[in-house]
Amino acid sequence: MMRVELVRRSQHSALFSAVSPLIALAITALIGAIMFAALGKSPVAALHAYFIEPLTEIWSIHELLIKATPLILIAVGLSICFLSNNWNIGAEGQFVMGAIAGSVLPVLYPGLTGPLVLPVMLVMGLAGGAAWATIPAFLKARFGTNEILSSLMLVYVAQLFLDWLVRGPWRNPEGFNFPETRSFHADAILPEMFSASGRAHYGFVFAILAALVVWFVLSRTLKGYEIRVLGESPRAGRFAGFSARRMVFFAFIVSGALAGLAGIVEVSGAIGQLRPTISPGYGFTAIIVAFLGRLNPLGIVAAGLILALSYLGGEAAQISLGVSDKVANVFQGVLLFSVLAADTLIRYRVRIVRPAPARLEPAQ
Amino acid sequence: MKHIAKLTLAAFGALAATGAAQAADAKACWIYVGPIGDYGWSYQHHQGLLAVEEAYGDRVETAYLESVSEGADAERAIERFARSGCDIVFTTSFGFMDATNKIAARFPDVKFEHATGYKRETPNVATFNSKFYQGRYILGQIAASVSEEGVAGYIGSFPIPEVVRGINSFMLGAQSVDPDFEVKIVWVNTWFDPGRESDAAKALVDQGVDILVQHTDSTAPMQVGEERGIMAFGQASDMFAFGPNTQLTSIVDDWASYYIERVGAVLDGTWEQVDVWGGLADGHVVMAPYWNMPYEVAAMANETEKRIMVGDFEPFTGPINRQDGTEWLAEGETATEGELLGMNFYIEGIDDQLPE
Repeated sequence: MMRVELVRRSQHSALFSAVSPLIALAITALIGAIMFAALGKSPVAALHAYFIEPLTEIWSIHELLIKATPLILIAVGLSICFLSNNWNIGAEGQFVMGAIAGSVLPVLYPGLTGPLVLPVMLVMGLAGGAAWATIPAFLKARFGTNEILSSLMLVYVAQLFLDWLVRGPWRNPEGFNFPETRSFHADAILPEMFSASGRAHYGFVFAILAALVVWFVLSRTLKGYEIRVLGESPRAGRFAGFSARRMVFFAFIVSGALAGLAGIVEVSGAIGQLRPTISPGYGFTAIIVAFLGRLNPLGIVAAGLILALSYLGGEAAQISLGVSDKVANVFQGVLLFSVLAADTLIRYRVRIVRPAPARLEPAQ
Repeated sequence: MKHIAKLTLAAFGALAATGAAQAADAKACWIYVGPIGDYGWSYQHHQGLLAVEEAYGDRVETAYLESVSEGADAERAIERFARSGCDIVFTTSFGFMDATNKIAARFPDVKFEHATGYKRETPNVATFNSKFYQGRYILGQIAASVSEEGVAGYIGSFPIPEVVRGINSFMLGAQSVDPDFEVKIVWVNTWFDPGRESDAAKALVDQGVDILVQHTDSTAPMQVGEERGIMAFGQASDMFAFGPNTQLTSIVDDWASYYIERVGAVLDGTWEQVDVWGGLADGHVVMAPYWNMPYEVAAMANETEKRIMVGDFEPFTGPINRQDGTEWLAEGETATEGELLGMNFYIEGIDDQLPE
């Protein structure tokens, strides 16, 4: 039996490490082209629809920023978690709880207006997400509970809580009993950056700021060092006097807060009210974004934009080529697969292990 | 490398040219909340699109987006259509209401038609809906006639007026045959999730119901019925192929005539804002063939269908009491459209708590 093994390379090429995402993109484009050809569509037109068309119009670039904003905000926070070996899979729930907490003012006190409303909403969004993330952090630090399961299951709790709110106590009294809250008043809406050309709101600025701050913390401060050491070698971290327990809280609270901010920013900037579903799975897609960006906040900004592009491209391809929306999902899957494969092959080489030479064959 | 770049540019140029050459008189665009392969809600809307293509051929260009989620994505999808030269955009889910109105305000030259909503904030927004509840009354009559246990299992999507109205109408129909008829309701909180719908159907069958009714869009409950030998009603499309021994009938949403009419109005330049709530009489709601039931039952269903069609009968006609026994409609009184549109209470005889 022939076996395939991955062998760690003693040193990996710096050049290839740097360009690996580009290689992955090229491979994705190639596989995509083959797939579209197999579907009987022109590969050139399809790739154009995916990667070029969304960038050819200003309004579409606005939409790209809107789509990328929650992905980047959440993924930046997740990078701290993943680097420090805390597997927060529940960002989707923290996103929802941030959105709920941030919406308290415009939904329950619609009469309260003024320039202070929005900042308070954003702070409450941060707090809501952070508080929700504290639960798995506490369970892990105190009882050693597996945070993957607890954070993931809290997603469903958060989603059902939102569902209950918008169908029950927070339902719009003038809304014919349909499940949605009243629309936010003007002071509760996150303003658009350049309203003349499109509806991109200031959330993208928050995303960039968050990425810069976290990048600075990770690469230039002792805290960043602590995060990495505790992630890579908890034992070494202990010897250095770092507390793994406090790191659990730190990582979860920061990433929860950013996910919560993403939630209220999405609701206030892009949707304008709470509805039973406010996210098409940003919290989960952000996990892909975090790894595509190689857990580097600046890389995450690029990865967030690329993933957002593939969403918009998927729509463009549906319209201009009439391909199913499922193709867009396949495309995203191929992209993630290529990135992970490229990264793996840079760090490891493939060795094909042949079975010991059969007895009857002469040795060469 | 340069050659490739040039070649690519040339290809794009060629594409753009062909796109411009086949300009139709109008472009009609659809946004679906589910996949066109759901064999339910979105599938039927897509059948409408195909009918429009059939009716107008090259004169009308069509496009659609499926599985568009009801949030920030909806607004972008609608705007994309508005910008890509669509003359009329059909947004076919309640959750697209605000997004439709927002974009409509910014694109006054594009016509928008929103299904099942009530907001028409600018003159270029029309709304349309169907009186599916008329069909549900007939389902109730059939269920109460065919069931041996006297209990139906009802799979509800969301407790919104549309669905609550359907349950009430179903029970009115059932009570007209068997005053003690019971219904067990399971809310699955989704329009389309074959797994959850199927689980709900199995749970209901295990609780002893012998009729399945669904107000969700997949064929899963019908398939469970077929497997377990339980009679069932289809939803949105004729699901006979998925339950040949099981489907009693199905409430078929037939959007084709409406879409053809409205796209035609765009072609003639006669399009105007409307609020259409069509039913059996308009051909917007169609009953699939009555099947797998005794002749007398089918005859009764047919009779009710005819009476509703000619305006001789309306399901929500008093006397009807609310669940708590207080009077809602007095003898001979009919519900107003407003009451129907905002219905959020059960009628008497439903032993279930409406989720609040």
